[in-house]
Amino acid sequence: MAEQKKMNFKEMMNKPERLAPGHRMCAGCGGTIAVRAVLRALHEGDRAVIGNATGCLEVSSFMYPYTAYEDSYIHNAFENAGATMSGVETAYNILKRKGKVKDNYKFITFGGDGGTYDIGLQSLSGAMERNHDMVYVCYDNGAYMNTGIQRSSATPMYADTTTTPVGSQSDGKLQNRKDLAAILAAHDIPYVGQSTFLGNFSDLHKKAEKAIYTEGACFLNVMAPCPRGWRYNTEDIMEICKLGVETCYWPLFEVDHGTWILNYEPKKKLPIEDFLIKQGRFKHLFKKGNEHLIEQFQAEVDKRWEELQFRCSK
Amino acid sequence: MAATDITKITEKSPWQDITEGNQIYGQGTSKLFNTGEWRTNTPIFDSEKCTQCLLCTPVCPDSSIPVIDCKRQDFDYDHCKGCGICAKVCPFGAITMVDSPLPIKEKEEQ
Amino acid sequence: MAIRERLSGNEAVAYAIKQVNPDVMPAFPITPSTEIPQMVANYIANGEVDTEFIPVESEHSAMSAAIGASAAGARALTATSSCGMALMWELLYVAASNRLPLALTLVNRALSGPININCDHSDSMGARDAGWIQIYAESNQEVYDNFIQAYRISEHKDVHLPIMICQDGFITSHALANIELLEDEKVKNFVGEYHPENYLLNSEQPMAVGPYAVSNYYMETKKAQVEAMKNAKQVILDVGKEYGELSGRTYGFFEEYRLDDAEYAIVIIGSAAGTTKDAIDELREQGKKVGLLKLRVFRPFPAEEIAVALKNCKAVGIMDRCESFNGQAGPLAAEVTAALFRAKSHAEVVSYVYGLGGRDYRVEDAREIFEELEDVVVNGKEVEQFRYIGLRSR
Repeated sequence: MAEQKKMNFKEMMNKPERLAPGHRMCAGCGGTIAVRAVLRALHEGDRAVIGNATGCLEVSSFMYPYTAYEDSYIHNAFENAGATMSGVETAYNILKRKGKVKDNYKFITFGGDGGTYDIGLQSLSGAMERNHDMVYVCYDNGAYMNTGIQRSSATPMYADTTTTPVGSQSDGKLQNRKDLAAILAAHDIPYVGQSTFLGNFSDLHKKAEKAIYTEGACFLNVMAPCPRGWRYNTEDIMEICKLGVETCYWPLFEVDHGTWILNYEPKKKLPIEDFLIKQGRFKHLFKKGNEHLIEQFQAEVDKRWEELQFRCSK
Repeated sequence: MAATDITKITEKSPWQDITEGNQIYGQGTSKLFNTGEWRTNTPIFDSEKCTQCLLCTPVCPDSSIPVIDCKRQDFDYDHCKGCGICAKVCPFGAITMVDSPLPIKEKEEQ
Repeated sequence: MAIRERLSGNEAVAYAIKQVNPDVMPAFPITPSTEIPQMVANYIANGEVDTEFIPVESEHSAMSAAIGASAAGARALTATSSCGMALMWELLYVAASNRLPLALTLVNRALSGPININCDHSDSMGARDAGWIQIYAESNQEVYDNFIQAYRISEHKDVHLPIMICQDGFITSHALANIELLEDEKVKNFVGEYHPENYLLNSEQPMAVGPYAVSNYYMETKKAQVEAMKNAKQVILDVGKEYGELSGRTYGFFEEYRLDDAEYAIVIIGSAAGTTKDAIDELREQGKKVGLLKLRVFRPFPAEEIAVALKNCKAVGIMDRCESFNGQAGPLAAEVTAALFRAKSHAEVVSYVYGLGGRDYRVEDAREIFEELEDVVVNGKEVEQFRYIGLRSR
């Protein structure tokens, strides 16, 4: 791999952009903020092949004949981004061994929560278990946004989605979200990181760099809000991410070679209402008589937070 | 093997001109697509107020805040979609949003 | 000097893979193709090939990884059967539309349900519209020969399409037969090194594969695919001829067995051709003008050539080891009938379905078909235009 001197924030921002503008993601999309942040962690001089599950990102960033990628890119289908990159990485190993490829390549695959938590979980699990030298990045916006905001197993409880609509007999999604980062950690892969967009992006940047430059299969789960699906004004994304972290809804942690590390502990954990109230998909929770729903949501956040603290204290 | 000249591939191109397997050789061809036309609100950059902290650059979903020599430049209006995230995160009030698809400063409007 | 051996069809394919020494093989076990990845894994374990094996968690991932490896610039392949191929279905289309040269060695087996591990062609016939070249074999020898030719066809610059090398489950895959193998060096020279022009790991220029394309591009993309498939016809003939010069066994689109002067013909794919040949030999002894067209290449479909080969026939029985549930013909019968119609043939055509889920197809069955074809022509007998062979009925 290409050596890289320690860079400060401004030098990082000065690096050549690896995701070109002109893609068709919505204004204010969190997905491409995540992609830019992850690709920025690639060292200059290192090449990459970018993979992608079908989803908003794919149909918007490689709409024939417009590719937004400065690196080689492959999209195959919705449910097989992990397996597809397994093939690319294996090809690299043998072509490098045969002397047919000289440069250093890194392999980074992006999938939304649909392609990662749900339809692509088997393919992801296989690729991780086989420990291919690759990074799988889930940009988690908590629903199938590309097809129009249907619930996924990443959707939080009580969210109003188009397949869990709120109505006179419905409070939205009935189930809690799947803890995918823990599932990936249970694969005993070298590195799992969970992050989102904060301040100067140092948390996400460090985790992306670690994931890319740790040998073996690594996984990043990045909360990437969707203004259309979550129903907030596009400019509020950074505030929402911060509230996700400060309420402990989306804690920042990593599992480095089996060791759980909590990266940030709020001095004063904020109530979950602060996160929920910013989003139209939870509007119904603030109606009179629905206080118990927020209490249940809070109880689930508290339970998971305690479990995480316990894992990280070992 | 030449890079694909995507200006030669249009929605009117005959089948012989479509690249084999829809493969594109080269990189970043999306730059030729002008998403700036989508904009209804437009950020205006005030270089006087800007301290070059660069906190606005990573939050842009559209890679539309170019940085040269560690200094941000004016917006790439060919691609900026006007989401306003940058204006919200600027600690110095150096970015303001105007209610217009074009980067017309309010003073100029009057 | 050729090497004389006794190998099963699976062993023959695995041996061909060893000689071709491809780069990447992702695979998942499924009867009756399981032995192929096992044997390749053994070659790797003993340092006999350079191939990287990916023990994927499903056939879906096998095809997905093969696509990734091929796009990356590697010579890739996988092996499967039946439901394994059904699970790959979506990706078969992706491989073809991305114009990736890669090989699938298919051991034909019935699709569920009910679950059945024996031979029929419902797996590959269902994928006939996926955009893959499909080449079938009667014998272990043929499947070996076909695999050696596979990459030469698939990687040809006028083609760039994935290729399916098919053989009949158990009937050839597990049965030992005498076989002539080529020397390693000859195979290596015949197949050649793979030097793709464009690939993901090309350091001189990145490549993007697998876009979203709107309606204004989609039909043009399909047209380019079909042109490539048409181009494959000449390439298949050229490669088959060159292979003949090397091995003494020349291949075309089909084999004609005593067809020249035949008035009654059977058209069939795969191992059942051998059984039919036995019946033909018996009937020829009795002075009957009967013959066989054994189709080797089903995609691209050699329609004009088939019509020419059958032009003197008064009646043709077209045999499908596959049901397509249209109620009037199997897929092979439908396509051969269309070819004859276009050629303004006046031959009587009867569609037969045989051998589903491993049901035996016997010499008597072939004889009965020839008798029925003769009855139609000579006695004007009205027969069912579409019927099952070897079916119990009340």
